[in-house]
Amino acid sequence: MLGLAAEQLRADMNRLLALLFHQGVLDEQFLQLQQLQDESSPNFVSEVVNIYFHESEKLLRNLRAFLMDGEFSDYKKIGMHLNQFMGSSSSIGAKRVRNVCVAFRAASDQNNRIGCIRALEMLEHEYCYLKNKLLELFQMEQQRVLAAGVRYPAQHN
Amino acid sequence: MIVEKRRDEPSDQFPVGMRVLAVDDDPICLRLLETLLRKCQYHVTTTSQAITALEMLRENKNYFDLVISDVHMPDMDGFKLLELVGLEMDLPVIMLSANGDTRLVMQGITHGACDYLLKPVRIEELKNIWQHVVRRRHLDSRDRNSSNIKDKSFVKGNGAGSANSDPDAKLGKKRKDQNGDDDDEQDENEHENEDPSSQKKPRVVWSVELHRKFVAAVNQLGLDKAVPKKILELMNVEKLTRENVASHLQKYRLYLRRISSVASQQANMVAALGGPDSPYLRMDPVNFSDFSGSAQLQNNALRPISPAGVHGKLNTPARLGLHVLSPSGMVQLGHCQILRSSVNESIKYQPGLLPIDQAGTIFQGMPTSLEFDHFQHKKGVIGGEELHPSNNNSGTFPISRNFSDSSSSSSSLASLPNGSLTMQGHVEDRQSRKAFQINSDSPHHLLDHCRWHIPIPQQTAATNLSISHLRLETQNQAGLTSDMMQNKLDICNHADFLSDSGNPSMTTQAAYPCLRVEDPKCTSMVLHGNTGLGLTGQPGFDSLVTEQGRPYSDYMGNELGSLEDVVAAMFKRV
Repeated sequence: MLGLAAEQLRADMNRLLALLFHQGVLDEQFLQLQQLQDESSPNFVSEVVNIYFHESEKLLRNLRAFLMDGEFSDYKKIGMHLNQFMGSSSSIGAKRVRNVCVAFRAASDQNNRIGCIRALEMLEHEYCYLKNKLLELFQMEQQRVLAAGVRYPAQHN
Repeated sequence: MIVEKRRDEPSDQFPVGMRVLAVDDDPICLRLLETLLRKCQYHVTTTSQAITALEMLRENKNYFDLVISDVHMPDMDGFKLLELVGLEMDLPVIMLSANGDTRLVMQGITHGACDYLLKPVRIEELKNIWQHVVRRRHLDSRDRNSSNIKDKSFVKGNGAGSANSDPDAKLGKKRKDQNGDDDDEQDENEHENEDPSSQKKPRVVWSVELHRKFVAAVNQLGLDKAVPKKILELMNVEKLTRENVASHLQKYRLYLRRISSVASQQANMVAALGGPDSPYLRMDPVNFSDFSGSAQLQNNALRPISPAGVHGKLNTPARLGLHVLSPSGMVQLGHCQILRSSVNESIKYQPGLLPIDQAGTIFQGMPTSLEFDHFQHKKGVIGGEELHPSNNNSGTFPISRNFSDSSSSSSSLASLPNGSLTMQGHVEDRQSRKAFQINSDSPHHLLDHCRWHIPIPQQTAATNLSISHLRLETQNQAGLTSDMMQNKLDICNHADFLSDSGNPSMTTQAAYPCLRVEDPKCTSMVLHGNTGLGLTGQPGFDSLVTEQGRPYSDYMGNELGSLEDVVAAMFKRV
């Protein structure tokens, strides 16, 4: 029974991952992250992704502040933030988020405020979606580990 | 066994255990980099601050083999770190960036980077970075060996030969192979092609005084006539070899070349702007005998600044010299540590006068340092805090404006060079005191107030924007309450996102769907709380897609080809 749950969860996780890849939300870099997870760093992926969430939300807040802060936004600063956002997103394999950053940067290079705002909206949307999905994934993983642990009490993860 | 005083591990395991210092302000990338490097079996030290990195490097010059650094960092420009490391420690530095723009890469290389990697970094690339260490060692040792044979103890030379032969056969062999490849480089480098040897002498540290002596000697001889041997004699420093001097001279020349191209434009600026003459004419005791007026200006602009990272203060003339050249001054800041006193060189490198706008363009081609400098203004962080007061308020960095606005910039920059150049110089002090922070702690007031005073969408407004794939027609601007703004950031808390988009009133002729949002709450696409496809149950989207078919086909951008897919995918049912 419990074993089945673990297997079921594993299957669900794979399905979710496949979906995310198909949608272009994630790319191969995420797989690289997973491959870096091993006995010496067992929670590598979730650690890195959590740092990513933390940093990204900060960046998004700042971006919004920059854009909404009066008539003239500081596009250079926006560019710098975007650069960091792009770097971190591409490092964890968040492909769509990164793509929106690219568009956003194009808008900010042109000092196009409206374009930037729209890009920001889109960015927030994409980020939100990604976060949801990744949290879902982690949750499933936790459950799977528990389920697997219960089934094979000798094997503790 | 190679005489590697710096290495803890036996060098025949190289590249295993190679000691890398990784610098990146982005914690995610840093963590990833660290893990990847560990996977490659290197020994990794990380820091998110360039300043800390420099301290670590200075603390023990021989403790690291390689430095990997991000280009864009808040506390110091990556390129500047690169130069400092190259000058002071002569370590190979690899640059890292999310931005692969050719100009940036070019900048990296001209600043002396061994390599330029793009994020996301792949492990395959990291597996090969040891080559830069070997290459540098190989060239260095060859230089030193030729000096051994020439003027110093022959014992070392012979000893090196035999020492090299065995224990490190692997490495020795690599060097022999490289020797064949490197011959061309060697010729260009003015180094004699001696037999490669692995003899390693301790690195020479080019301290402030040492460099001053060096520069004085060079000036005395004249750059063209400056040969390492004579420089060595003039400097009269013990334990300095001709090869040390030779390699340092080469670097020096490169820097001068680089400055001079900048400086000549500066000189033109100055000439064109007709800054005050007298202050510029004050000279330094160094021999400036063969100057023209403009050359003087640019020379004064290039005050002696020791490369060792502790830069002397600028004299007044230099200050003023820099002021008119504001953005170029800014660029200068980026290369501050390479400013040398050698006026002679700058004269030689002075090409024709460039018109201001050309120079402006050139400077625009160096966005990184400019950006960096701009941030300095913005935060008022540099020693010259009144730097560009005109710039502080505007969101942009108008290069040409500075050129014309000599008077204001003069006042603003009067203290600039001094402060900023010392800032550059006293990298450790100033920058730690004055946190060059990108504005990550900017007031989050927006969260609480809605200040959405954007004149919302004329359709045309966004036409030239690739992002305009999704236009939010916010009909009700004022409707954006602070509450909603707040909630935007409580990401994923809203489930009623797009609930209203049931009205797919596609009034826009644009080829893609727009959301006509009557209700303020639906303005933001962030409010996307559902775990499932947030777009499920949004019939509006379905109809939007079907109505439009494939609306994205004529939307542009190779760069955004995938973005089209992104948007398309977003609306697709899976």
